[in-house]
Order: sequence, then C-alpha cells, then structure tokens
Amino acid sequence: MISIIQSYSTMLLGALGKTLLLTLLSLVFAMIIGMIFALMNVGKNRTLNLTGTVYVDAVRGVPLIVLAYFIYFGVPAGIKMIGIQDFRLTALQAGTIALAMNCGAYMAEIIRAGIESVDRGQMEASRSLGLTYGKSMRLVVLPQAIRTMIPSIINQFIITLKDTSILSVIGFPELTNMGKTISGNTFKSLETWAVVGIMYMIVIITLSKVAKRVERRVNRGR
Amino acid sequence: MADNRNIIQVQNLRKDFGKLEVLKDISIDIEVGEVVVLLGPSGSGKSTFLRCLNQLELATAGTILVDGNNVTDKHTDINKVREEIGMVFQHFNLFPHKTVLENIMLAPVELKRMRKEEAKEKGLQLLRRVGLDAKSDAYPSQLSGGQKQRVAIARALAMNPAIMLFDEPTSALDPEMVGEVLNVMQELVADGMTMVVVTHEIGFAREVADRVVFMDAGYIVEQGRPEEIFNNPKEARTIDFLNKVL
Repeated sequence: MISIIQSYSTMLLGALGKTLLLTLLSLVFAMIIGMIFALMNVGKNRTLNLTGTVYVDAVRGVPLIVLAYFIYFGVPAGIKMIGIQDFRLTALQAGTIALAMNCGAYMAEIIRAGIESVDRGQMEASRSLGLTYGKSMRLVVLPQAIRTMIPSIINQFIITLKDTSILSVIGFPELTNMGKTISGNTFKSLETWAVVGIMYMIVIITLSKVAKRVERRVNRGR
Repeated sequence: MADNRNIIQVQNLRKDFGKLEVLKDISIDIEVGEVVVLLGPSGSGKSTFLRCLNQLELATAGTILVDGNNVTDKHTDINKVREEIGMVFQHFNLFPHKTVLENIMLAPVELKRMRKEEAKEKGLQLLRRVGLDAKSDAYPSQLSGGQKQRVAIARALAMNPAIMLFDEPTSALDPEMVGEVLNVMQELVADGMTMVVVTHEIGFAREVADRVVFMDAGYIVEQGRPEEIFNNPKEARTIDFLNKVL
C-alpha cells in the first residue's frame, strides 16, 4: 500500500481533484435544475406541473450509466444525423451534464418536499400583505424550506460525489478511473482499491462533518 | 362604482370548493369605519367569506369591490389592493425565520413603501402600540400565543391598511391571553379602523361591533346591531345558535 501511495500520490491526488471538480460543477447545475423543476411542480400551472413530473420521472427512470452513454455517445451521433459533423462533447462536459441531470431530478424532489413542508399559512400571510407569489416564495417560504432540506441535500451531495465514479466508463480521468489504470499497471489490486476507497472515504466523512456544522448553524436562532 | 361610504361592496358572491358550495349567495356592503362581526356555526362560510375579500380564496361568482377596486376581476392588481387590507389569522402565521421587527418591516420595505430606517421606526412605534417594543429582536418562537397575535396585528398594520380582517384571532389562544388581543383590537376600533371580524367572542361582538352578521350554510341569515341580534333575534337558526353559545 505504501508503495502505491509513494509512486502514485501525485496522480491519485490529481484524479481526486478531477472527481471534486466534476462533483462541484454537477452540483451547481443540479441545484439550478432542481430549483427550476421544483418550482414548476409546486405551482398551480398544469402544463408546468406536467413538464416537471415528466422530467423527474424520465431521469429517475434511467440508470446514470445509461444516461452518461446516451449523452457522451448518443447525443453527438444524433447531432451528426442532422448534418452537423464535428460536434463533440468532452468527457467532462458529458459527465457534468449527465450527473447534473440525474442529481437535478432528485434535487427537484427534495426541494419540492421542502417547500411543501412549509405551512400554507406562511404563503397566505405573505400574500395578504401584498407581496407577490415570487417574493413570498423567495423571502418567506424558501428560507424556511431550506432548513428542512439541508440534511437531504447533503445526502444527495454525497451520493453525487460517489456517482462520479460511474463516469469512469466514458473515460473521464477521475479517481476510480485512475484506480483502474494503476491496478492495471502494477497488478496490485488489493492495495490500489484500498487506497482509492480510503481517499473517497476521507473526503466524504470530512464533507459530512462540515455539513453537520452548517446544519447546526442554520438551525440556530429558530 | 365606488360610493364613498361603502368601502366593501359584495354582490351575489358564490364560492365552491369542487362540489362543495361553501358560499351560496352573499351580498353585503360595509361602510368606512364600520366594525362588522361575523357569527355562525362552523362550516357556515364565515372564514371563507373573509378570505374571499382579499382573494386568498378566488370567488366562483359574484363581484367584490374593495375601495372601488373589483378584486374578482382578473385585470385588477390584487397585490396593490391587498396592501390596503390587513389580515390577522387564527394561527398567527408569523415568519419564524425573522425577528419580530423584521416580520413587521418585511412588507413595507419590500413593497418600497418605506426606506429601511423609516420602516424600523414605524415598526417600533407599532410594537409600542401593542405593548411589545421590548420584544423587537425576539423570534416568534420565543413569544407566547397572545404576544404572537399582537405582533401579527402590528405586522398587518405596517402597510397602513384601510381595512383589517380578523379570522378567529383568539381561537388558538389560551383563555388568559384572549384579553390582551381583544384589547388591541378594541383600540383599533377606537381609532376608527374598518374591521371585519370572524370570532366566537360574543362579549367582544356585543361591546364593539357596529353590526353583527349571522351566517349559516353559505347564506347571511340575519344581521343588525348587536343588541338586536343578541336580545331579539328573529330567525330560528340565529336563536338556535345563540342558545348554544350564550
């Protein structure tokens, strides 16, 4: 194990950096996607409700690995068919899109549930003062919803971080992919995967600890 | 259009929730400065009627004019009209993530009626009026029920409304806290506020109402001055109800 760490530490850390980059990018877009579809789902407009439901059901109904293949290989192939020849997605772009779409669908459900957990009287009180629906949502409902959502959001963050390993299949050089390379080169499978596993663990445990602290801080002054 | 004395004009208001007809045919005019108390058994439509006035419930049919604005018309800017109508709820509905003062300042600042300092000044003044200026930095969870409702009244007053609606403001309170809320309401009456109040507090109705409206099954059954309704009710349903509550 020591020898793996000694010879490959730079590469492993670099790969971990790629994993974190992919996670971060995906999460940012997933939050945006999640917020948009959640707001579509909690409103009263039937068309928007339907759009939101279809999106969430469609994405949740497809394994992430299939979604990743579809975006990385399928979408450029489709674009070629309509006559644009040199459209290509990098593994990072395709990976970010796939993860963001996937995580966004779950995030939409988390945010929707959070919004619906806020007492209806809060929206009514805000509307009765003359505030618009949008302002009431932003200033009154969402700040309360976020508090109840935080544990689930953190959980989803961790799942997304782990899901980046699935994107090794489209050749993105993240941590799991690097593990494959190293164990292939050294034939030291046990040591390599132990090191990779521990690296994931350290990051995730650190993240959950930070998250717990954030959660406590947000809950203060309730 | 608006005649000057009637600030609220309701004509043939109907409200259905799916198949359930809650308000069947309500017509009533309310004058500036008038205090109207709505009485009736639960399920008679009192709260729904109140909530139709500021369109928290959309009317199924009929027209409602508030200060000359037809609130049942889709083209009316309902948010503007709501600024004129303060509402106090049974369960207070204070914003738990904001302090008492922030609860009061939110609408005036966001709706650009006042600058922050001005709203703060006004907020503190309102809190003094309801006897809670010492609690301005507290969060709602730190207040008793009676205090919460007094803050809710102050919040509703922050927009300088012409009308105040009260939806069973004391029903969720412990008995010893009812008085402090009724006192604040009484002061509003003394200031000449137009008020529509749904309540089971017969004493309050008798003492401060200009008019008592008795509702049952989606209709106004009987209305008149408190002494007429309480001492000399004419309709069987009113008599029956009063026998149960008095």
